[in-house]
Amino acid sequence: MTETTSPKTISLRKGPANLARRNKAERRFRLYGVIAITVAVAFLGALLLTIFSTGISAFQQIYIALNIEYSSGLIDPKGTKLRDDLSRADYQGLVKQSLRDAFPKARKRRAKRQLYKLISNGAGFDLREKVLADPSLIGQKKTVWLLASDDVDMMVKGKISLETSADNRRISDNQVLWIRALAADGRLEKRFNWRFFTSGDSREPEMAGILSAVMGSFFSLTVCLMLAFPLGVMTATYLEEFAPKNRWTDIIEININNLAAVPSIVFGLLGLAVFLNFFELPRSAPLVGGIVLALMTLPTIIISSRAALKAVPPSIREAALGVGASPVQTVAHHVVPLAMPGILTGTIIGMAQALGETAPLLMIGMVAFIVDVPQSFTDPATALPVQIFLWADSPERAFLEKTSAAIMVLLAFLIGMNLLAVILRKKFEKRW
Amino acid sequence: MIKKALGLAILSSVAVSGVAEARDQIRVVGSSTVFPFATAVAERFGKTTSFKSPVVESTGSGGGLKLFCSGIGDKHPDITNASRRIKKSEVKKCASNGITGIVEVKIGYDGIVIANSRKAAVMKLSLKDVFLALAKNVPAGEGKTRTNPYKTWKEVNASLPAAKIEVLGPPPTSGTRDAFVELAMEGGCKKIGWVKALKKKDKKAYKTLCHTIREDGAFIEAGENDNLIVQKLEANPKAFGIFGFSFLDQNADKVQGSVIKGQAPTFENIADGKYPVSRPLFFYVKKAHVGKVSGIKEFLAEFTSEKAWGPEGYLSEKGLIPMPDAERMDWHKKVNGLANLAM
Repeated sequence: MTETTSPKTISLRKGPANLARRNKAERRFRLYGVIAITVAVAFLGALLLTIFSTGISAFQQIYIALNIEYSSGLIDPKGTKLRDDLSRADYQGLVKQSLRDAFPKARKRRAKRQLYKLISNGAGFDLREKVLADPSLIGQKKTVWLLASDDVDMMVKGKISLETSADNRRISDNQVLWIRALAADGRLEKRFNWRFFTSGDSREPEMAGILSAVMGSFFSLTVCLMLAFPLGVMTATYLEEFAPKNRWTDIIEININNLAAVPSIVFGLLGLAVFLNFFELPRSAPLVGGIVLALMTLPTIIISSRAALKAVPPSIREAALGVGASPVQTVAHHVVPLAMPGILTGTIIGMAQALGETAPLLMIGMVAFIVDVPQSFTDPATALPVQIFLWADSPERAFLEKTSAAIMVLLAFLIGMNLLAVILRKKFEKRW
Repeated sequence: MIKKALGLAILSSVAVSGVAEARDQIRVVGSSTVFPFATAVAERFGKTTSFKSPVVESTGSGGGLKLFCSGIGDKHPDITNASRRIKKSEVKKCASNGITGIVEVKIGYDGIVIANSRKAAVMKLSLKDVFLALAKNVPAGEGKTRTNPYKTWKEVNASLPAAKIEVLGPPPTSGTRDAFVELAMEGGCKKIGWVKALKKKDKKAYKTLCHTIREDGAFIEAGENDNLIVQKLEANPKAFGIFGFSFLDQNADKVQGSVIKGQAPTFENIADGKYPVSRPLFFYVKKAHVGKVSGIKEFLAEFTSEKAWGPEGYLSEKGLIPMPDAERMDWHKKVNGLANLAM
């Protein structure tokens, strides 16, 4: 400013003497901005790249075709065909039998043990399902595609280096030969891993799926939305439209703003003390998880709802009151509907936050191994981010790609929710 | 919309009141080391019997015992896993809450390994080397200690390479850390003559000397995630990492376990008790819940069956080191007869 006070030095052709310096500063500032963005994008890119490159292979699983003989001697020696007898039979035995038939050269105990490890321990359960669904299979011989074990899966996907000596890898030289023979025979296939989306957690990486975690997250978020949305919107509306401005409302406002910054583990402790120990609600239940997450998202919803209500111009209220609407009618018929896009955006962002939360769930027992897919709000359940945490901590190498795949699913949900928020805002937002 | 929400709130409160009836699903809490084994059994149990799959929570040994000892009844867990034996104080706490009948189950062993990348040479260490390399204070002559001055392995023991001491290990909250300190650090510490005598004279001073790990950067706390340690070792061949045997077993193509006291950390050596840094794993069952919560007896039978915890069982595939045959038989009998815990 001070430079421009002496107009004599300005020549129209040259411009002010310090113009070059100011232009340079301008360019420098823009450059800093571009660098900052590039660094941020590079980090994000590197993160996404590692997640995608490790996780993408988890969406495919290796299957091996075997000739299974549903021998009645093994499945139903008594010939009763009763569901109870059929479900108790040793179906893994059928798998072992057909493996022995396919590779008759493996006779020693050690070799046979290695042979059995080609097929997943869960293959027997799949055969059981098949027989229970259709008992007429007993006595027949069929070619069945069976799930390969996690070690075979890792080898075929190239995640076990075959250059190290056989003692130091999870897969023996014999197993490598068998796998190559199966592949040459066309009996080895990569298939889309539907199981990943349709089954619950498992200790066998090839059997593990995210459905129980997704359902757990769904139930928790439903409870969270049902509690946090009405409470949050009512609070915001009352504080913004009706409450008098005095010391009490100031204190409440400060408290709400502080709550938004409280670490989420604290809400978990609160949940443990109040809901589990005092109200005696069940442990590991999505109901409690949802209540705790609702407490956590309430401040976010209240703050964004208040901002949205504030953005509705006073002329709307004055016009409504002017034509004789009562204050409640003014708010319910005009102000809140107009603020709704903003309120919904805040709610969705709050929900997305709640979806990614693990810390508060730790205290209320939702960091757990859940095989059965939860069917109600009180069934034991876990949540998607917790599932990622549990898999990341598992020794089996195949869980590494499952972890990344689960992160991809979580990211897809988060992006979807944020996209919805953006679309709602773009579509319904009014500008005055 | 508000009506709908209110309706749902009422519905959910009805759902809550329905929970009061007896539980038909076993609840397990406790150690993260036992977690992979307990979950494997739980999954099989759920798939092969008509009972629901037990819910297994990973809360850590101490946290699990705290929950376990908090009372009898549906809202308290039936079983807790522990990577160490229950303490007298914990038994007392249990008793003060009315839990007097506890069945102890030893399931097998877990080895703790000191591993490095396959790109580097195998290290041969004694327990004394481990102690001198990682302790905060080391003995300096009779009855005296000084801050650990060693920067390289060669300074610790002339036969070791002249590489910088850089060890990634678990944080103090971990059961693996407790066991490592007790077995490896203390094991090496008491090799020094006057320190052994100190144990009788001043137990507190002995413990402080033997159990305190250095904090000057040579020992790096790497968090509870052992997969992360394996990845870091792969990236840095000079570093060593401390973790459970199952992670070495799964990653034997990337990392190798150091030989300790002349014994390599192999399945056989740990099972024979030759490898010095191994610990027993346990779980504890509330007797009062047997018969109330359905399936506990059957769950115990599954866990202690040969096809689970035997040398060829599915738990050994997950990295559990089975007990010797005689010991296993003995525990099998005790557990299935619901024998009470004897301290």
